Amino acid sequence: MDLFVHQVLAGLATGAIYACMALAVVMIYQAIDHFNFAQGEMAMFSTFIAWQLMEWGFPYWAAFFVTIGISFAAGVLIERTIFRPIHNAPILSHVVIFIALFVIINSFAGFIWDFTIKSFPSPFGTRPVLGQGLLSAHDAGMMAVVGIVLLMLYGFFRYTRIGLAMRAAAANPDSAKLVGVRVGWMLALGWGMAAAIGAVAGMMIAPVVFLEPNMMLSILLYGFAGAVVGGLTSPVGAVLGGFSVGVVENLAGTFIPYVGREMKLSIALALIVAVLMVRPSGIFGRKIVTRV
Amino acid sequence: MTMFKYGMLPALALGLAVGLAGPASAQKKYDPGASDTEIKIGNINPYSGPASAYGAIGKTIGAYFAKVNAEGGIKGRKINYITYDDGYAPPRAVEQARKLVESDEVLLVFQPLGTPSNTAIQKYMNAKKVPQLFVATGATKFGDPKNFPWTMGWQPNYQSEGIVLAKYLLEKNPNGKIGILYQNDDYGKDYVKGLKDGLGDKAKTMVVSELPYEPADPTVDSQIINLKASGADVFFNVATPKFAAQAIRKAAEIGWKPMHLLNSVSASVGSVLKPAGFENSKGILTTAYIKDPTDPQWKDDTAYKTWVEFMNKYHPEGDKTSSFTVYGYTVAQTLVEVLKQAGDNLTRENVMKQAASLKALELGMLLPGVKVNTGANDFFPIEEMQMAEFDGVSFVRFGPVISGAVGGGS
Amino acid sequence: MKTDTPATILAAQENAAPRARPWKAAIALVLLAALIALPLFSKNFFVFQLTLAMVYAIAILGLNLLTGFNGQFSLGHGAFYAIGAYTAAILMDQAGVSYVWVIPAAGVVCFVAGFLFGLPALRLEGTYLALATFALAVAMPQILKFSPFEHWTGGVQGIVIMKPDAPFGLPVNQDQWLYYFTLFTLILMFVFAYNLVGSRTGRAMKAIRDNPTAAKAMGVNLSLYKSLTFGVSALYTGVAGALSAIVVQFVAPDSFTFALSVILFVGLVVGGVGWIPGALFGALFILFVPHLAEGVSKGLAGAVYGIMLILLIFVMPSGAAGLLRLLFDRFTIVRRLFEGSSGRKR
Repeated sequence: MDLFVHQVLAGLATGAIYACMALAVVMIYQAIDHFNFAQGEMAMFSTFIAWQLMEWGFPYWAAFFVTIGISFAAGVLIERTIFRPIHNAPILSHVVIFIALFVIINSFAGFIWDFTIKSFPSPFGTRPVLGQGLLSAHDAGMMAVVGIVLLMLYGFFRYTRIGLAMRAAAANPDSAKLVGVRVGWMLALGWGMAAAIGAVAGMMIAPVVFLEPNMMLSILLYGFAGAVVGGLTSPVGAVLGGFSVGVVENLAGTFIPYVGREMKLSIALALIVAVLMVRPSGIFGRKIVTRV
Repeated sequence: MTMFKYGMLPALALGLAVGLAGPASAQKKYDPGASDTEIKIGNINPYSGPASAYGAIGKTIGAYFAKVNAEGGIKGRKINYITYDDGYAPPRAVEQARKLVESDEVLLVFQPLGTPSNTAIQKYMNAKKVPQLFVATGATKFGDPKNFPWTMGWQPNYQSEGIVLAKYLLEKNPNGKIGILYQNDDYGKDYVKGLKDGLGDKAKTMVVSELPYEPADPTVDSQIINLKASGADVFFNVATPKFAAQAIRKAAEIGWKPMHLLNSVSASVGSVLKPAGFENSKGILTTAYIKDPTDPQWKDDTAYKTWVEFMNKYHPEGDKTSSFTVYGYTVAQTLVEVLKQAGDNLTRENVMKQAASLKALELGMLLPGVKVNTGANDFFPIEEMQMAEFDGVSFVRFGPVISGAVGGGS
Repeated sequence: MKTDTPATILAAQENAAPRARPWKAAIALVLLAALIALPLFSKNFFVFQLTLAMVYAIAILGLNLLTGFNGQFSLGHGAFYAIGAYTAAILMDQAGVSYVWVIPAAGVVCFVAGFLFGLPALRLEGTYLALATFALAVAMPQILKFSPFEHWTGGVQGIVIMKPDAPFGLPVNQDQWLYYFTLFTLILMFVFAYNLVGSRTGRAMKAIRDNPTAAKAMGVNLSLYKSLTFGVSALYTGVAGALSAIVVQFVAPDSFTFALSVILFVGLVVGGVGWIPGALFGALFILFVPHLAEGVSKGLAGAVYGIMLILLIFVMPSGAAGLLRLLFDRFTIVRRLFEGSSGRKR
């Protein structure tokens, strides 16, 4: 029982990492109706920028917010320079651009900062919160941050005009234009926000997994899986999805005899696919109805 | 007169014979890739993909060859170093190996990295009779001169490390319960095999938990929790730097203080123990054969200072805290020795022959007492290592220099 | 999915232009002659690379059938490639089956695998299907390393295979023989693909891609055709995988990471989605451009590759197929030559 609790808590801690990423994924999905492969790499690059700023003497919170600002600007820039020229191209070509971005960012990160791991500080410290090292202060802090970002996102989309405009631009660009929404800038804004959330995610994740150019790859996959399982249209669902993936993965690895320890990843993915069979739009997702 | 005449003829004949077939050093013999002015050396390293951290080795080797060239080359011949990326994918490794041999026509392929890549090209290299020399992997199968005479390893193979650690355990902690964290690939499994072989019959009773992880996993926290729960009081940590550091830190976080055996790949003060936390790393044991550049005990060591000079001058962008750069430097030195020994007979056959005739070669950044030894039946150049314990500041070596020879080397 | 892909337009041209056929046949024949003559005048290494390119072309063709002609988004074809490769390797290594027979065997195994995967995938659309296929590709190396299977798969060590010699004592070396063998298989697969796409089944496939609801309303059995397409697509990629095992002479879990699936996908888009000959362009791109990028910059090879990819998409957003369509539209001479699109307005 003890082990079970411990694994669940550890799962929630890793799940918080996935949930962070899942939020960024959902954010970009809401904005452009597609999944950006390069999201993780952008988050990683942002984290490196923060690290570099701290190396140059910035205090943590200064570096934190400056990085968010830089990431936001970068996201907007990427959308305007790279995606605007091809916005009429088929969707699959967009996906290839995401892939290209992934490779470019990863390559530059490795070139500039090389591949040895670097430690990244946590603003929450590492003291245990629930005795006996069941949960560290950072893990708890990370979950709190996820919650805050989630609330902010929810509020933004539900209660602000810009949020509404963005949702409109993504759902039906032509109609949105007709009512005066500047669709192009909504897309750019979406990218900027996704990049900013990604930066937050990266800075929360790096203290746990150590900073290096390849740190985000599997996290992006799990975050994506979590977002899909929770429902790509629902930030809350994505976060819950992220947490579930973390917990399921840990429990599968621990309690499924023989197979579990070697096939953790496969089992987690199989379960995700199984969930999708039953609820094809994710647990909390709304079914998108399109006109024929 | 007659004697003079007859004396001249045999002398002449002898002279001619000596002149034509003489000692190797008096004559130049070249295979593709070698000439009066250059020696082409091929290399395959992962500069992209999941193992790109190891690319630092290929880069350091290039820097060292640049130094050798700046200092006149090897007997006047410049090294033409051609290195290609295989992204740690075997099919790509095969492609690059073929490119090096058939397109670039190198004399030898030096330090190809990774067990899968080396396995993929081993048959080809041996069929083509091109040296696959000083491969960058500790897998035991690459020291098999009978079946693969053109392939040779360099670093202590993983199994011998496992055996050395097992011997230590049997001596110091024969009733210990061992929990193992290992990377789910050849490297991890080879270590585990070595440990179990070294423990012999006791392996079944001593090993209580063996948990794998994938390089793609974000953390190994879950595995550490399980290892603690299994009741293990000895922790065999067969993980690469990132995960080894995570494991050390997590173990400390959950209050698990086992006897901690760390594999040498991750035994770096600066790259692993520092991020993991020096306090958390106290007492960690490892086997070592090479000097850790971040270990303060070498601060005034001559060889270390020479290495730092080299790094500053020829490889300033290289990471002075990473053991990979020391590794690259030392293995490049080994090759240069071999090529020097080959002299003007730069055939592939002779290169292998010289590589298999290294006797007690001492290299600056190898630990004192560890020497390079090869023979016609011994294709494991480095087999000696020493145990060391981390005292919070550096790895303090103790005990004798041990040989971890794996059953005769094949 | 948008219906007005370059492929549909090219196809429309094809259907409306019987007079264009002789020209196309002539081009194909010239190409064929060149391909046959090539290995006799090239270095072995180049022959080897071309063989690999042909293998990728078959794999991309498989993916094209699924994504380009049937509209099902797959990011996991590397998995079928792996299954094909391992089937071939295990049969050759453990059962001593000749390389000639492992190819169809791998095809059959992958067809079944694809069909079985396609069945539950029926319920998934777009991004969700992408995730499911991606999950399969990511899980594949782990499945291949799974201990109980080690006896057959060789675990992390993989399986080493022997290259076959030319039969009947033909005067070609191993590399050249494999080249011709692969070329023959490639032509077979292409012909079959053309026939499939032009047949009733092909029309059903395309109908499902263009408008599933309408297709269903017209009586097309969605489940059957979608699963069948998955199966056929997997068959193609599996055959490619089997060939690759023989050409590379080695299979290991690390050869089949999700990076492979991504590469096949890139090849698909670069060649042109929904255009069969595009597979060749895509294959040449994914095989040779990384070498080019490496040549430009060792340290930033990835960045160079990515930038080249982006530029390519900027110039040809719909891949090579789009480029050809552009030529068709822009250059009257070319259009007249192909004499097919008279009356079709932009």
